[in-house]
Amino acid sequence: MKKESVWKPFINGLIDENPTFVLMLGMCPTLAVTTSAINGLGMGLTTTVVLTLSNIIISALRNIIPDKVRIPAFIVIIASFVTIVGQFLEAFLPALNSALGMFIPLIVVNCIILGRAEAFASKNGVFASALDGLGMGLGFSVALTLIGCVREILGSFSVFGISFAEPLQNIGLAPIAIFVMAPGAFFVLAALNALMATIRARQLAAGKESKIRAGCDKDCASCGDTGCVHRFYDADGEDKAVGKKGEEK
Amino acid sequence: MSTLSELLIIAIGSALVSNVVLSQFYGLCPFLGVSKQLKTAGGMGVAVIFVITLASLVSALIYQFLLAPFGLDYLKTIVFILVIAALVQFVEMFLKKNVPSLYQSLGVYLPLITTNCAVLGTALTNVQEEYNVLYAVVNGFATAAGFAIAICILAGIREKMRYNNVPKAFQGMPIVLVTAGLMAIAFCGFSGLL
Repeated sequence: MKKESVWKPFINGLIDENPTFVLMLGMCPTLAVTTSAINGLGMGLTTTVVLTLSNIIISALRNIIPDKVRIPAFIVIIASFVTIVGQFLEAFLPALNSALGMFIPLIVVNCIILGRAEAFASKNGVFASALDGLGMGLGFSVALTLIGCVREILGSFSVFGISFAEPLQNIGLAPIAIFVMAPGAFFVLAALNALMATIRARQLAAGKESKIRAGCDKDCASCGDTGCVHRFYDADGEDKAVGKKGEEK
Repeated sequence: MSTLSELLIIAIGSALVSNVVLSQFYGLCPFLGVSKQLKTAGGMGVAVIFVITLASLVSALIYQFLLAPFGLDYLKTIVFILVIAALVQFVEMFLKKNVPSLYQSLGVYLPLITTNCAVLGTALTNVQEEYNVLYAVVNGFATAAGFAIAICILAGIREKMRYNNVPKAFQGMPIVLVTAGLMAIAFCGFSGLL
């Protein structure tokens, strides 16, 4: 039992609270870079590195950073790691760097990272935070790779760059090119969202609790206790500016 | 080519051809979250135009006169995100004190835009494309105008869609994403413009 509890943050991020499939966080890079499985995997792993490192540092500094300036402090820490990782990719993996383009520096504003910093790393020990970052990051990577696979298979008849288009084209099938273009990203995410909503409805009907968020169903405040809630506008209440942290929708 | 026609091409390119939400995927959260009503969507659009134009100006000035001459190029992500966050806070305080009427209409949206990836994305694009200050401001304004156009169209469609009979699984976010996808297809048509 004890061993299980050590790995709990890791498993939690990977499966139970998968940031993409369950929590529906960080949708901008999810849509933008999943044109192929390789790009999805690259983005996921890059985010994992940044998330793990920033979780470690934020957790180590959690008693030093004053509460009032914690968000700017977190952003500086995250931005530093993003810069380091960006320089690394530019030097050693230029192909991946140019494929991901602007979305490497934009990891800074990915709500998964600030969300985990706020919800987990600022409250837990260094080791647990590292595992949480690793689990969440790998969960994100798996999700991005899967979405990338789907789009690559439908859009260009290949997986991880290995093409199987020829036999299919011989029997008169053509890849649905729109799936590797911008609109395809929206359609794939719509299908995924619908699937998760159905699973959630089944779970609720069976009387079980569902961890699946309705995505951005109502608004981004459904990010709930993951910390980015105070950044977003409550679309239901017209005059209510910003939801309070942890406020239940 | 004259400066004016170059600026026009940049503006049309950023606003329509490579629309910030529908083909670049920046700023998806407010796009999906604040598009329930046309009125709030319009407010959000104006606030985004305001912030991105201002942020483009300030970040271009900082880059051109501070970061580039001293070879601090690699610090741009850190510097820009802090400057944008501080700028938004400052604008909010300024409006609250001096232009309360404008604050009433824009104020609630401002804190949300601070860490919106469209703002940082535009600032970084300006650097990447090596725009000077004038070009950066025009590009920022056009990008934000593209966001405002997209969010207003989506809000208009969502207002109508409320009376439609959507399949149960697709109620809520999925149907909005399908709508956004169809809009993205429509915006693909602009690619012939340039």
